Amino acid sequence: MAMLTEPPAESFRLSMLINDTRYRSYTFQFIALMLLIVFMAYLGMNLVRNLAEQGQDISFRFLGEPAGYDINQTLIHYTNQSTHMRASIVGVLNTLLVAVLGCITATVLGVVAGVLRLSPNWLVRKLMAGYVEAFRNVPVLIWILIIFSIMTAAMPSPRAFRGAGSEASMLFDAVAFTNRGVYLPRPIWEAGSLVVGLTFVASVIGALAYRRYATKLLYDTGRLLPMGWPSLLILVVPTVAIFFILGRPIGLEYPELGGFNFNGGIQIRGSLIALWLALAVYTGAFIAENVRAGIQAVSGGQTEAAASLGLRPRRIMSLIVLPQALRIVIPPVISQYLNLTKNSSLAIAVGYMDVTGTLGGITLNQTGRAIETVLMLMLFYLIISLAISAVMNIYNNAMKLEER
Amino acid sequence: MKKSVFFAAMTAAGFAAGAAAAGTLDDVKARGTLNCGVTTGLVGFAAPDANGEWQGFDVAVCRAVAAAVLSDPTAVEFVPTTGKTRFTALASGEIDMLARNTTWTFTRDVDLKFEFTGINYYDGQGFMIPKALGVSSAKELDGATVCIQTGTTTELNLADFFRKNNMDYDPVPIETNAEAQQQYLAGACDVYTTDRSGLAATRASFETPSDHAILPETISKEPLGPLVRHGDNEWGDVVRWTLNALVAAEELGITSANIEELAKGTNRPEVNRMLGTEGTLGEMLGLDADWAKRAIMAGGNYGEIFAKNIGESTPIGLDRGLNAQWTDGGLLYAPPFR
Ligand SMILES: N[C@@H](CCC(=O)N[C@@H](CS)C(=O)NCC(=O)O)C(=O)O
Repeated sequence: MAMLTEPPAESFRLSMLINDTRYRSYTFQFIALMLLIVFMAYLGMNLVRNLAEQGQDISFRFLGEPAGYDINQTLIHYTNQSTHMRASIVGVLNTLLVAVLGCITATVLGVVAGVLRLSPNWLVRKLMAGYVEAFRNVPVLIWILIIFSIMTAAMPSPRAFRGAGSEASMLFDAVAFTNRGVYLPRPIWEAGSLVVGLTFVASVIGALAYRRYATKLLYDTGRLLPMGWPSLLILVVPTVAIFFILGRPIGLEYPELGGFNFNGGIQIRGSLIALWLALAVYTGAFIAENVRAGIQAVSGGQTEAAASLGLRPRRIMSLIVLPQALRIVIPPVISQYLNLTKNSSLAIAVGYMDVTGTLGGITLNQTGRAIETVLMLMLFYLIISLAISAVMNIYNNAMKLEER
Repeated sequence: MKKSVFFAAMTAAGFAAGAAAAGTLDDVKARGTLNCGVTTGLVGFAAPDANGEWQGFDVAVCRAVAAAVLSDPTAVEFVPTTGKTRFTALASGEIDMLARNTTWTFTRDVDLKFEFTGINYYDGQGFMIPKALGVSSAKELDGATVCIQTGTTTELNLADFFRKNNMDYDPVPIETNAEAQQQYLAGACDVYTTDRSGLAATRASFETPSDHAILPETISKEPLGPLVRHGDNEWGDVVRWTLNALVAAEELGITSANIEELAKGTNRPEVNRMLGTEGTLGEMLGLDADWAKRAIMAGGNYGEIFAKNIGESTPIGLDRGLNAQWTDGGLLYAPPFR
């Protein structure tokens, strides 16, 4: 377009690449790009040549070979005869598990702490400020180690549960807190449990439909139906009724002490708990600040206007302030999610077998394929980060102020 | 013009990088210190003492090499490495040699491109367990939680052992021996497994070592020895023959007490060849005639090093067992110095 406004007479000369401001920036950008390409090519060539000199090459064949080591937390079937590729996938799933758990918990913590930081109550306000400052200013690795040490040093070992009058006992005979993690009862799905599940899903839909209807009624006629207890009733009553009518098809398998450890039930490993909690409280502190900033960015006039309409403070927060603050809060929170996911690679500090522990740890070490595994790790974290950003951007666009 | 300078600089840098790969012996001499990779801390094998001086059985190998090459057993820069970082450290040239309870295996030798220069300790993997658990055999470990150092051969042996015996276990991967000790003592795992020598050394540092038993089963062969990068044979020879000199010295009765005397010349040709009063062995290695004398004087012969650091009179209390001279029914057998 710029070309059109030019006087047509002037023809292009080579010196214009340097002297003409219109072209100069392109010239320099081009040179910089070329230098960058040459530099990268040099690094790449250097790598290949040095590897060749040591008699090594780049090959991904090791991925198909048996891994030979065991992993203590596997979300999919895995034995030490599975391939390195499968070990990597086990690691990826473990990373995703702790990232998802961490993000959810951090969000809940962050929103609560962020809102409460602006509470009119002095004590609550200061407590939350204390939380944010304490957790934001200590490196997350330290938090991981602290929580893990507390778990291993302060909790009883399974041995302590043995025998009558033992030092430690289970909570309600169902939950055991040990220095190897927490053991919970595991649900057992018997015939008929599907019906119970379907009833519950139907109840959820029913409850949502009721809330919709109530809102519509309120907007259309101004009649206010109670929301809370009817939804709860719709949710609970049919499911519980069906559960008993069908003769309790969902049982619980309790963890039991046998041999060295508790058997049965679900074990949430100490390493997972330490990593999850540490990442959640640490990232939660940052999210709290984002939330606080978001709320404070909503003009005070909005609150005053809402108050003058007679809305109660809690309603003002949930109906007026938070929806507007959300738009401001989402973009920085995306970065926090990315940080949390990447920080989860500190897992090895407590022996949690995430992808850095399997692919980037044991596989790397046992096969000696450092460059290949590190490349794969980089690719994995890149894909995960881009995926999180993409999903959050979609959400962000959905929440954006609609301009009419 | 500018470009050609740039390219010239690049090629020069490239050649320099290539050249650095060979000639470790010259590098060490020019630098004046030996970079030796050791453990992060395993009392008896390699650990700093109260004065911050590294001491131990593996450390002694580093010191002997430094004495042979640099005439100064203290001219060693000790680089602590974990099971995971040791090979990268060696391959990248950060260290000149690795002396860190490292098992000689096919893949490490052939695929990872290292060169093991001998064996300074014949070992095997064992299990340590609190006596309170009342376990007397590794076959009773079904369902146990096992602390295991990642990046080691012991990690793979463990998986094999439990698979072979159709048992289940719960591995707790751990980075260093210190961490393993902490977790084991806190009861976060029932059993700690690693090389038997490592178990003995770890147990010796407990408050009440007698509360812990090392189970009778040895589930693998772990020949431990120093290693260097593959492809630098001159340097490999220096490390190999320094270790051989320590072993041969014991066989020949050369000790730190009598070496000054013997170095004046004896009527035993092999002693003379080794200590440099006869022949030119030192020169062939690219060192001087006194190289082996200095190596032995650094910490004594193999037997002295063993006795001082991990032998029966130390808290670790290992007997010579397989690590006795071949003349005493052990496996130590240094090739002839001729
Ligand atoms: N020999 C095995 C295991 C070597 C190993 O890691 N040993 C442990 C205990 S014996 C050790 O030296 N730890 C010291 C440290 O953590 O730095 C191997 O080469 O893979």
